[in-house]
Amino acid sequence: MTTAVYLWQVGVCLVATGLAPLFAGWVGQCRAMLQNRAAPPVWQPYRMLRKLFHKEATLATDASWLFRSAPYVVFAVMVLAAAIIPSLTTQLPVARVADAIALVGLFATARVFMALAAMDIGTAFGTLGARREMMMGFLTEPALLMVLFNAFLMAGTTALPAIVQSTLTPSHAMLHPSLAFAAVAFVMVLLAENARLPIDNPSTHLELTMIHEAMVLEYSARHLALMEWASWLKLFNYACIGFTLFMPWGIATQSVSVGGMAFALLALVAKLLVAGSALALFETTSAKLRLFRAPEFLTMAFLLAVLGLLVHLLLEG
Amino acid sequence: MSLDVMTREGMPLPANVPARRLIVDAHQWTAVAQQLHEAGAYLLALWGTDERDRSGLFRVFAAFLASDHVVVLQHAMAGDRPVYPSLGRWYPVAIRLQRAIYDLLGLESDDGDTRPWLRHSGWPEDRFPLRKDVSAAATYPNRPRPYPFVPVNGEGVHEIPVGPIHAGTIEPGHFRFSVVGEKVLRLEERLGYTHKGVAKRFEALSLLDGHRLAARVSGDSAVAFSWAYCAAVEAITGTTVSPRTAYLRALALERERIANHLGDLGALGNDAGLAFGLMQFSALKERLLRLNQDVFNQRYLMDYVIPGGVQSDVGPRLIRLLLDEAADIERDVVALRAIYDEHTGLQDRFKDAGQLTPSIAKAQGALGLVARASGIERDLRVSMPWAPYDDLRPAWVLRVEGDVAARVQVRFDEVMESLRLSRLLLEKLPRGSVSTAILAVKAERIGLGVIEGWRGPVMVALEAEESFAIRRCHVHDPSWQNWPLIEHAIIGNIVPDFPLINKSFNLSYSGHDG
Repeated sequence: MTTAVYLWQVGVCLVATGLAPLFAGWVGQCRAMLQNRAAPPVWQPYRMLRKLFHKEATLATDASWLFRSAPYVVFAVMVLAAAIIPSLTTQLPVARVADAIALVGLFATARVFMALAAMDIGTAFGTLGARREMMMGFLTEPALLMVLFNAFLMAGTTALPAIVQSTLTPSHAMLHPSLAFAAVAFVMVLLAENARLPIDNPSTHLELTMIHEAMVLEYSARHLALMEWASWLKLFNYACIGFTLFMPWGIATQSVSVGGMAFALLALVAKLLVAGSALALFETTSAKLRLFRAPEFLTMAFLLAVLGLLVHLLLEG
Repeated sequence: MSLDVMTREGMPLPANVPARRLIVDAHQWTAVAQQLHEAGAYLLALWGTDERDRSGLFRVFAAFLASDHVVVLQHAMAGDRPVYPSLGRWYPVAIRLQRAIYDLLGLESDDGDTRPWLRHSGWPEDRFPLRKDVSAAATYPNRPRPYPFVPVNGEGVHEIPVGPIHAGTIEPGHFRFSVVGEKVLRLEERLGYTHKGVAKRFEALSLLDGHRLAARVSGDSAVAFSWAYCAAVEAITGTTVSPRTAYLRALALERERIANHLGDLGALGNDAGLAFGLMQFSALKERLLRLNQDVFNQRYLMDYVIPGGVQSDVGPRLIRLLLDEAADIERDVVALRAIYDEHTGLQDRFKDAGQLTPSIAKAQGALGLVARASGIERDLRVSMPWAPYDDLRPAWVLRVEGDVAARVQVRFDEVMESLRLSRLLLEKLPRGSVSTAILAVKAERIGLGVIEGWRGPVMVALEAEESFAIRRCHVHDPSWQNWPLIEHAIIGNIVPDFPLINKSFNLSYSGHDG
């Protein structure tokens, strides 16, 4: 039984790592369709990874070990994060040693390494992207924590599997206005954290407007592949956090069985399809915010999450 | 001598617009320039010629746009010490033009800014490639030199160097930002990376072949440049083209304007993060280009305007196609304009970004659509209409705000106006031939072509031998006037808004660098 659980844990990580490029491809495909443009195949990201892994890596002359190791650190952190998030099952051994606050810390670790690596090579754009990223980071992290506090209060725990368990218990089946506030706030944080419109434009070629892209501008080949893969994985992880908090239906909660996991996987894919197309729709209809409007956007996310807490304490307590 | 008397007394200069030429000494050079400035004229172009093989002199020319005619000043200098007074005090754009003239011909102005402008490292400091005694085939070792940018000091001020190689596939130009945080304190441009020696190349061509090179000076303004060149050829040979030719040329010019505006409107949406806009406008532009292929046998109309005529006539079936297409484009543009106008996020990016106030635009001598978006009435199609615009009477398209939003609105309005003009041109298309023979070069041998292209007035000054050899051909792109304006428009804006502001100007690197 225990061995099986550990095997499933590995399986969850593999599913996340393997599905993340597909999810990115799906979002790209929806975006293309909404823009009346011929869409690239949904497995385009895999092709990109294959291409990048086959290329020779070039490094800036001033790059130190920090720049070289950051892609591995960032990628590893995202895989580890996937191990904590109950995307398919709540029976996750790793999740017992790391709660949702640790998860926020993991994302922060990736952010710090990325920003340091971007500054390491000493180009203007790396520094530009890094300082913008840190500005976003100090606004998104509190907002994300506030969103999580909503769920913590409701479930009485900071462990994500327990939150899923609690949300799925029949006694919980009532309307929670506080979760509506938290959900909107979470979507706003997701957009900002994953360099999506209206905060950052993942498909821009304009170096002066970039945040995330400016930080990875100097990476090539396998380093770039890992950075790209890590950012897809981050988007996937965020989507799964969203499912965990707000729509946990289908996640296997009891003893782990092949059938339960297969159903959970189907449910996850269905949820990803919906979330991906919603993300694409939102991105297609949005213009990018002026950089200094981004703090207003994220302050709004924070405020909504706090309102969720208040609503919970006043109406649901 | 009053300005009026002087410009009226000057000899008429063959051109497609009313033009006069004044031969002046060094004192009159500045005196007349100052008087013209006070009368509200603005500098169109500044160029030099090497006449040492004939008279032992260098000449420098300045073309000004007065309210209803062009004035060209001509000033001669001794071949051994060519120095002339700077016009930078009244016409700031003259400073870069003077630096370019020095790089190419070695004629010195007395302006303080003596940094190279077009010369990067392609030829040595003491070589002047446009001089007659320097071979076009000469090659030099490439020796890059540091370029002294103007430093900005202060607490927290740092520089961001951008380009000439960019993250996207765009033309090369270097932008040096001095910023505090994200706020831009100063921008300094460095251009000249696409200098190809077009002027020197012209001198190896025959008068009747030069239009092909002219069309390629800046590919997005192929019709404007080739028409200006052909107008200059027709001026110095005393050729009058048929009304049908003039109408078809205007049709091509308006189609070029529509195509570029559609492309820019899409790109402006994209630079504000709305890729949807780019896709829709690109589809519209592509439709227009494909019809160009069907009607004119080329997508970008590079070789449509030829000396004495146009390459091909347009029959009734094609006229029908063009009219139908105009109706379709108009319908789609109206729909897309509503989307742009009502998109809060997009309008928030456009409004107040990169504002160019009318006073700065006026003082700096802005041209073309940039000037019109800052409330300045500068459109030669209206103010000094050449055939067939004297029949068409285009309407003024003006906005006073001078921000990105105003430049977007001017583009929308101009697309509509150009569609109206195209319809008018097709409906009133006169009968006749579309080619006139070019016979002989007139005694003056010097002529001017000035055409209001989509970006602003394009000028070609042409001097030819009786043998039909080109002696000197100077092409001027309005980007010269408008590049420095971006340095003004960006001040106080934030760094990530620069690409949008730059795109709203959409100036030519190739046309500027020559």
